[in-house]
Amino acid sequence: MSDPNDAGPLPAGAPAPDFALASSLGGTLGPSGLRGHPVILAFYPADWSPVCTDQLGLYQAVLPEFEKFGATLLGISVDSVWSHEAFAKDRNLQFPLLADFEPKGEVSRAYGVYDTEEGESERALFVLDPAGVISWSYLSPSEVNPGADGILRALEELDGKDVAS
Amino acid sequence: MTTTQWEPMLTLPVREDRDHIQGPATAPVTLVEYGDYECPYCGQAYPIVKAVQEQLGDGLRFVFRNFPISTSHPHAEQAAEAAEAAAAQGSFWEMHDRLYENQRRLGTEDLHLYADVLGLAVDVFEKELAEHVHADRVHEDFISGVRSGVNGTPTFFINGARHDDSYEFETLLAAIQQAAG
Repeated sequence: MSDPNDAGPLPAGAPAPDFALASSLGGTLGPSGLRGHPVILAFYPADWSPVCTDQLGLYQAVLPEFEKFGATLLGISVDSVWSHEAFAKDRNLQFPLLADFEPKGEVSRAYGVYDTEEGESERALFVLDPAGVISWSYLSPSEVNPGADGILRALEELDGKDVAS
Repeated sequence: MTTTQWEPMLTLPVREDRDHIQGPATAPVTLVEYGDYECPYCGQAYPIVKAVQEQLGDGLRFVFRNFPISTSHPHAEQAAEAAEAAAAQGSFWEMHDRLYENQRRLGTEDLHLYADVLGLAVDVFEKELAEHVHADRVHEDFISGVRSGVNGTPTFFINGARHDDSYEFETLLAAIQQAAG
C-alpha cells in the first residue's frame, strides 16, 4: 500500500479529505460542515510543546483577522480531546482544537502530514476554499513557527477570486 | 511537493513621521524590532540592542514596533498602549526603557507611577490608557508584524529582511555589519 505521506502535504487544487473529529469545544467538526466559507487547518505536533504553544497563541491573537475573511480556524493534533480542553483553557485558546486520536493520525495521514517516526502530526497549514478544495498548503520544519502571514495571503487570494467571479 | 514560500520581508516601511526611531535616517542599516513588553525573551534582547546601538552609533537606525501577544502576556497590550501614550507626550523611549527594566511590574498602577516619574501629564496619560486611545496604533503595529512574518517575539528585521538567526550580541552585530556592506 502506498503511503500518502511520501508525497508530502496535499497540494493546492486537491479536494480536502473530509473528516469529523472531536473538538475541544464539544461535538465534532470537519470541512463538510463548514462549506461556504474558507477553513484553515493548522496541524501541529503536540499540545504543550513550546513552539506549538507560541504558534497557537499567535493564531489566537490573529483570529479577528481570519474572521474578517469569514474563515474558521481548526487546530489538529493527535492529542486527546481532554488534553486539548486543558491546553486550550490554560493558554486561553478560543478556537477549536480537534483530536486526531482514534484511529491515531488518520486525518493527518489523509492530508499527507503524519510523522510516522514521532507518531505526531507534522507542522502544516492548509487553507480550504468555500467549496472544500485546498487552495494553499505549507509544511513547516517541525521546530519553526510558521507564523500567520502565509495564511492571510492565501485568504486574501481567495477573497480576490470571489470578487472576480 | 507544492508548497508556496515567501521570504519574510517588512511590509510596512519605516516612516520617520510614524515610527519610534533612534538613530539617523541616513544610517546604512535600519534594525526594526517587533516586541512585547511582557515577553521575557524581549527582556533578554533589550540590553543586547542597547549594546549594539552603542557599538554602531550613527551607523544604526533602530525602530521599535508593538507586538503584544495578549493570550500569553496579559499585561502586554496595556503596556504597549502606555508606551504610545508616553510617545504622545514625547517620551516614548523613556517609557520603553522603563517597561523593559520593570517587566514584572506592568500593572495599571505601575504604569501610572512610571508616567509620574517621567514627568508626564499623568491625568492625560491615565485618561488615554483608560479610553484605549492608542489601541488602534498598537493594533496597526501588530498587524504589520503579522503580515511581515513575525512569528514570535522578539522578531528583528535588518534593512527589511527578517533576521532568523539568534539575537545574541555577536550574531546580531555581525548580521547588521554585513548588511551595512
